[in-house]
Amino acid sequence: MAVAPHTEPLKPLRPPRKRRVNESVRTWRWGDRIALVLCWATGIALCLIAGAIVLYMGVKGLQFLKLDMIFSRPQASADQQGSGGFLDPILGTVLLTLIGIVLATPVAVATAIWIVEYGRPSWLARGVESGIEIVAGTPDIVIAIFGLALFQQGLFSPLSFTAEGGAVFGRSFLTAGAMMSLIALPMVFGATREGLQAVPMHLREASYGLGKTKIATIRRVLLPAVKPNISTGAALGMGRIAGDTAIVVVLLGATLRIDPEGSIPGTNVLRGTGGTLTSYVYNNSPAGEGNAEQKAYAAAFVLLLIVIALNFAVDLIARRGAKTGLESTRLGA
Amino acid sequence: MLDRLREPWSDQRAERTLGALACLVLIAIVLMIVFVAVRAWPSFHHNGLAWFSGRGDIDQQIGVQVNTGANPTRADYTIGAWPLIWGTILTTGFAVVIGVAFSVLTAIFIVEFAPGPLRRLIVPVVRLLAAVPSVIYGLIGILVLVPFVTNHLVGEGRKESVQYVINLSGTGLLVSVVILTVMITPIMIAIIVDALYAVPRGWKEGAVALGVNRWRAMWTVSVRAARPAIIAGAVLACARALGEAIMLSMVSGSKGFAPNPADGITFIFEPLRPLASTIVEDAESLNAPAVQATVYSFALLLLASSFFLSIAAWIAKQSMRKYGVR
Repeated sequence: MAVAPHTEPLKPLRPPRKRRVNESVRTWRWGDRIALVLCWATGIALCLIAGAIVLYMGVKGLQFLKLDMIFSRPQASADQQGSGGFLDPILGTVLLTLIGIVLATPVAVATAIWIVEYGRPSWLARGVESGIEIVAGTPDIVIAIFGLALFQQGLFSPLSFTAEGGAVFGRSFLTAGAMMSLIALPMVFGATREGLQAVPMHLREASYGLGKTKIATIRRVLLPAVKPNISTGAALGMGRIAGDTAIVVVLLGATLRIDPEGSIPGTNVLRGTGGTLTSYVYNNSPAGEGNAEQKAYAAAFVLLLIVIALNFAVDLIARRGAKTGLESTRLGA
Repeated sequence: MLDRLREPWSDQRAERTLGALACLVLIAIVLMIVFVAVRAWPSFHHNGLAWFSGRGDIDQQIGVQVNTGANPTRADYTIGAWPLIWGTILTTGFAVVIGVAFSVLTAIFIVEFAPGPLRRLIVPVVRLLAAVPSVIYGLIGILVLVPFVTNHLVGEGRKESVQYVINLSGTGLLVSVVILTVMITPIMIAIIVDALYAVPRGWKEGAVALGVNRWRAMWTVSVRAARPAIIAGAVLACARALGEAIMLSMVSGSKGFAPNPADGITFIFEPLRPLASTIVEDAESLNAPAVQATVYSFALLLLASSFFLSIAAWIAKQSMRKYGVR
């Protein structure tokens, strides 16, 4: 007689345990494991360095920064108590940044539009493109000293102070701002160009199809489309200008106070010399004449806040469409 | 006149206007080369090839030039720029070599190994490090790192052993290279990360499917494909390091001294001064024609080097175009 084979009642199948697809590092060769550890070490080291810098500047800055420093003018003084605040350097930073970006943005945007939309003759377009890369790679100190040579020509005497012998001083907010615009230009240009290249072709074709001319398309379709890119580039460029020291030291005079030149209000400041937060920090560090560490820390903290705020603005503008989040840093190279 | 501006532009006119604005950049470059070269010419003319050689204490030579009057003689132009060139080569070279290794590893970490939260942290960190102004790096260097080095690393014995030649005060090659590395890595990381992301996914998946581990796939496929970007990043970082003036003038010791590798460990503590810092520091005495020629000759050398570096980076980037990386 056949006996039904004894069978276990079928257990309901357990859902398969979720297993990591990645293989265990234990199967790796030692060389690969060391490389992995190095990767982690460098990544974490980078975070620690940045954290240390921000924390240290924050602690020192809050320790030495007093509110009235921001609103009082600097004084020439031997000790740190009597040397006043840094209202003038803050105003200098703001003014110089504005001059630089106002000069840079139109040229950069026009150049980007010309290269992407027209680009004829092509040898000239390629030349301009590599020219901008050369400007981006030129050290700021070389740009500064070129500005000095350029603006000391008699032709540019209205831009700055002329000594009695007829020698043109060449140092003023206008001349420094003009050279600063060369620093910001590659960033605005790069951001605008990438934006224009990302605008799909059919947008342009639709506009042409409606009978618009090319320039009308640029003005009504393309410029509104790349507005966020232009703002990103401008914010990056402003951060670069605000953080630059060499041009300020060579071309702005890096004086303690803003010294107006001439008697016409408005233009006298533009023609005069001054200083910015960067030159204030430089002069008050042990490397400069002032040697007032506390003032240097406080001013550096304010400067860092300005730069971080500008970067935050970049983040807010460029959140859409950012893949790696590092495109903006690459633009700065 | 105003009416003409107000009416809608014709296409041709717009093209010409925009093209003219674009050419401003080229004009600026030409002017830059001409002005700097013209002012630099006397220095090269009077020194010849000896300009590039070492001729003793360069600080003393510049000091003599500051005191020459409006009509310097031929001998007043004497300069041997080798200590400054050597200082530039040392700081730039070390920083770029260390920086390349560091940034390749970090870029691999960001692209492949970093867990989500850490990746979201590290990207802003890179951007922050790229945005910090050089004068703040210099301030931290001179107020934190320099005292640390002079108190804990140099040692009294080492200071006394060289006190008749040079004063070891903590400022010098070591601090300069450390800070310069931190300053130039973010640029390289950004370029390499973008290139690694641009490597077609299938390539690495193919390698993984053949059984290599993640690190091997990354190293043998992605990093190899991104080699042009690594070179471009290194070249651009090199240009940045060459031109760094303010930070290095704060922490390099600012002395026209050529560190000698034969000095052993003392070498890394020896002060120096690169070309760019010299320009900043002597910018105030430009009224003396001899100093002017000297300073502009330094600027011309920097300009020429950065010019060639830009071309090198452009060539390196050409081969990246095909992956869609600019």
